[in-house]
Amino acid sequence: MVASKGNTVARMPALGVRTLVLIVLSIALMYFDHRENHLDTVKGAIGTAMYPLRLVVDAPSRLWDWMSDRTQSRDELQRENDELREENRQTRVRLMRMSALEAENDRLRAMLEARRQVRDDVRVAEIMSVDANPFRHTVILDVGSTEGVYDGQAVMDANGVVGQIIQVSPLSSEAILISDPGHALPVEVNRSGLRTIAYGTGDFGRLDLPGLTNNADIQEGDLLVTSGLGGAFPRGYPVAVVDTIIRIPQNPFADISATPTAGLDRIREIMLVWSQPRTEEPTTSDDAADSDAAEAETESDAEASGDDDE
Amino acid sequence: MSNGKALRHLPVVVSIVVALMLTMLPLPDSADDFRPDWIALILIFWAISVPASYGVGVAWVVGIVLDVTQGTLLGQHALALVAIVYVTAKFHLLMRVFPLLQLTATVFALLSLYQFLLFWSNGVAGVTAPASVYWGPVIVGTLLWPLLYTFLGGVRYRVQAGR
Repeated sequence: MVASKGNTVARMPALGVRTLVLIVLSIALMYFDHRENHLDTVKGAIGTAMYPLRLVVDAPSRLWDWMSDRTQSRDELQRENDELREENRQTRVRLMRMSALEAENDRLRAMLEARRQVRDDVRVAEIMSVDANPFRHTVILDVGSTEGVYDGQAVMDANGVVGQIIQVSPLSSEAILISDPGHALPVEVNRSGLRTIAYGTGDFGRLDLPGLTNNADIQEGDLLVTSGLGGAFPRGYPVAVVDTIIRIPQNPFADISATPTAGLDRIREIMLVWSQPRTEEPTTSDDAADSDAAEAETESDAEASGDDDE
Repeated sequence: MSNGKALRHLPVVVSIVVALMLTMLPLPDSADDFRPDWIALILIFWAISVPASYGVGVAWVVGIVLDVTQGTLLGQHALALVAIVYVTAKFHLLMRVFPLLQLTATVFALLSLYQFLLFWSNGVAGVTAPASVYWGPVIVGTLLWPLLYTFLGGVRYRVQAGR
């Protein structure tokens, strides 16, 4: 007793310090446990060490279960058996319906795939955060070079062209939207094959087509599709619908604007398009896309052949 | 000698393990709110009796284990246990000479502090629970204290435990 007392008195000043350290440690642990998941391994280890204790605590109820199992009457077992059989029947019916649904789902998916361009490889990605700057239309995507994303790659949504990749990092990438004031996209009028370039305006709902003359073959309601001439975009994806055409006789060019078909300010999921297998270099795919475009076009156009020569 | 020493620590270790098991024991929902803080009671007892051997360090380790088994934030129970064991160790000489009734009142205060610290850390972590959840264990724990004190005191007297 005396030894213990002396010991205690000697330790007394240290007690406060130790307590303080432990309290700070506890608060730090709580903070990190609340904010991050780094402590999961520690928890797992302690939890594993506690497993035998849990087993012991669990034992009485398990023993009780075992005993009641042993002492169940025949009638009870019979009743339980009937119940289980009924449940099994219902589950089977549900499972049957499920496999039918699964087959239907597969079929629908196949149809959806066919509606897209057959040659192109498509991957769905998600937009992470929209740039807050209203004068710059860029988005961050949750895929990067580890997925094979490359600079200049086309970005689509279900309704049309969204933009293209301008910067790639391993796990994310940045895309510029076609509505960005600095973006220009080679397009053609779907009805007449007339080629031009669509410029972004900084307005999500409007593209400008400044390069067409007053007598150009274009009407309101015409669909603009990608021409594939820039190399970045595969040919034939919808871009915008011509909205207004203002022809002023003394001006050489018509004032034409179009509405993008893709919901540029609403989209959350987009599709990345590989016109060629993912492993190839962007430059090769450029050439290939161009020759594809030329093949598809039967008319021998001066511009198209010029493109082929490049 | 070392054998005898181990034997002296045995009652403490056994009591803590049993308290952990009682804490983990499944109870019906209605009784769950009135489960006493076994660990806190046991640690208060040993902190009064042998504060040099079973002080804040042991309380912290047991608290961490308790946090893992209870699935609370790591450090919540550790913090609360360290706090009450600190107070107990600080005043253990005083508490040894308290009559049982007064000691029980002190334990009530300690258990209240324990629950308040849990309540506080829960609040910080964004976990809310009705106040009855916090008061039930305090009341039941206080009522149990005289029994526990007598029982563990008897055990300790026989084996000179924990020294």
